[in-house]
Amino acid sequence: MNLMTGSTRRTFLKAAGAAAAGTLAAPYVQTAGSAGRLRLGVIDHWVPGTNEVLRQLLERWGEANHVEVTVDFITTIGNKLLLTAQAESRAGSGHDIFALEFHMVPMFKHRLIAVDDVVDDIVAAYGPIAELSRQAAFLDGAWRGGPSPVMNASAATVARRDLFLEHAEIDLTEWFPASDSRDPAKVDRWDWEAFGNAAAALHAAGRPVGAAISPVTDSSAWLAQLFASYGAAMVNEQGEIAADSDAVREALEYLTRLAEVMPDSVYAWDDASNNRWLISGTGSAIFNPPSAWAVARRDSPDVARHLWHCDVPRGPAGRFRAFNSIFWGIWDFSENQSAARDLLRYVAEPEVVVAMLEASQGYDLPLIASHYDRTTVWADAGPPAGGLYNYALRGDERTLTDGYPAPPEIAARISLQRVVPNLVARVTQGGEGFDDAIKWAENELEGVLRS
Amino acid sequence: MLPPLLRRKPAVAVLMCVPLFGLILGLVAYPFFHALFLATLNKAETAFVGLDNFSFLFGRQTFWMVVRQSLLFALVAVVFKALIGLAAAHAINTIPTKGQRKWRGMMLIPWVIPPALSTLGWWWLFEPTYSAINWGLTKLAVPAVPWLSDTFWARFSIILVNVWVGAPFFLIMYLAALKSIPGELYEAAEMDGAGPWQKFFYITLPMIRNIIAITTLFSIIVTLANFDIVRVLTQGGPLNTTHLFATYAFRVGIESGDIPLGAAVSLFMFPMLAILAFIILRNVRRRAASLA
Repeated sequence: MNLMTGSTRRTFLKAAGAAAAGTLAAPYVQTAGSAGRLRLGVIDHWVPGTNEVLRQLLERWGEANHVEVTVDFITTIGNKLLLTAQAESRAGSGHDIFALEFHMVPMFKHRLIAVDDVVDDIVAAYGPIAELSRQAAFLDGAWRGGPSPVMNASAATVARRDLFLEHAEIDLTEWFPASDSRDPAKVDRWDWEAFGNAAAALHAAGRPVGAAISPVTDSSAWLAQLFASYGAAMVNEQGEIAADSDAVREALEYLTRLAEVMPDSVYAWDDASNNRWLISGTGSAIFNPPSAWAVARRDSPDVARHLWHCDVPRGPAGRFRAFNSIFWGIWDFSENQSAARDLLRYVAEPEVVVAMLEASQGYDLPLIASHYDRTTVWADAGPPAGGLYNYALRGDERTLTDGYPAPPEIAARISLQRVVPNLVARVTQGGEGFDDAIKWAENELEGVLRS
Repeated sequence: MLPPLLRRKPAVAVLMCVPLFGLILGLVAYPFFHALFLATLNKAETAFVGLDNFSFLFGRQTFWMVVRQSLLFALVAVVFKALIGLAAAHAINTIPTKGQRKWRGMMLIPWVIPPALSTLGWWWLFEPTYSAINWGLTKLAVPAVPWLSDTFWARFSIILVNVWVGAPFFLIMYLAALKSIPGELYEAAEMDGAGPWQKFFYITLPMIRNIIAITTLFSIIVTLANFDIVRVLTQGGPLNTTHLFATYAFRVGIESGDIPLGAAVSLFMFPMLAILAFIILRNVRRRAASLA
């Protein structure tokens, strides 16, 4: 189903509805628990129109199974999703099923019921869940949530192919073609130095690249992938503070140079700033899922047709892409846990996953590898044709979460306390020496590690 | 016929105060003692750790930066709110009574708009990339100002918005105080040849001293506890340099999942404010007693 070329929202919803109908006709086995009422708190999608499709699918499931389903879409802007989860977990009331970003699962694991039976069924039917995602939700020997059909996303490079070609002499469509015929030599050249050189040229041309260095999620994500590619970590796999290292200094040294050719406003950007900046036509590259492209396609088609998604630059220690795995957990105070379990099984079915991948115009990425082969949405998306092909991981990138390689619970806190963005800003904006900034980070990390 | 108990005036008074006591117990006392309780627990909220959370905070660089910032923010903002409020109250007080109402109404607008909403308006003016103010400045060939991305300007911005929101409170309190000063005092002073400054320093200020003290105390408490302005404008950035007690407690407690440490941060200002309130209220009481 090609949703990208000439499809209106009406025809698109119709198509999604057909997918839902197909799914409902599939051999879903209704259990005794499928009745009553279910309230879901899920993430308000960045891509216009996706919420409606999800609501339609869930409500149709509810109708077919005599469950009254209500869906609340909660934005992640201003951490509202996290705040709602905090409020519900402490009050012991609220939704039955709640969407949890990777860093929220460890935080609320004590209030989430184990859903091993659900995930075992899903894995048996469709294959394993990605290892990175497993680490986020398989805690203390139990699964604390089932895979979400929406909002799993990664922070790819989203660049203006026309500006990169004109000012940096890099043809991204050639380096990262919309096919499997990559030239390994060209891909290998796509490292942070090449990116930095391009950024300098684009800055000189008045079309700089930009990425937030502020206390927001986007900052943590892109800096996590850069730090990892230099082998730099705040806390190592054993849970020990590891900020005082040559690798961290190398990463900071590189960022000092890169920050000079980015706009000063990056120190105050929120999670939507990079999108607005790219869509406005001012910027030439950001690190993001395709939401900027999806909105530009609606609001600024002249910009959208030049946006090319590709791999993250590599560093001395490899190439990493930050991946946000979303899980749907069931609160232990849910009064309809049986129906909630059934719903988690349902949303992992291929028809639902594919309907949502296509509704999100390729923004979402599945947590189960086998689901990648069920749609061609990333190849079909456009204009530009093939612009999202490399948003799905195609090359040598390894996925990570913010706080990598620390254990999940510590990684979550590193991410939420914005240790890395603040460390970087102290150097690049505050002009602090590496040693002083690292000392500050170590002091913060002591707080992160306390039990 | 009322039962004998209700015929006793003190009993009726106590009974009528019960809803108020209930509100105070539920919305003030319980949250306060619960916060105290939380601040004595470990991170997982499973064990009593006494004052460990406080001693842990004292070793954190960022916490001490937040202490300094909160004091700077409160002092600067309250001074400007008081000065602007006093000047505006005087200005309005000189307008003939008939025309005063519309000015009072207009001046109160910033105070009555929910701060989260009005601050959002300010955020649009300061927006890091597309600031409306900067758009105007660049049209005038003036360089853009990094309102929210530079430490100095970010602090300036949150103080400016706080002053904008809070000055009308001072205005209305001072205006009420000015109106309560008997006109005869000024007439007598004029007959003795006193000028405007002498009247201000020897009549106005002494007569409204208690109001100034109470208003300042109240404003310091509210300003130190401010949350929404920083949350909407800067989220504590850049470099944590605009965090106040409330926003830092929120970051540590709610957003990072360390509720006991967050509770300890928010309780840190309580002893300071309690001492300040004690001193100011004692002085007010003494002055009132001496006047009586």
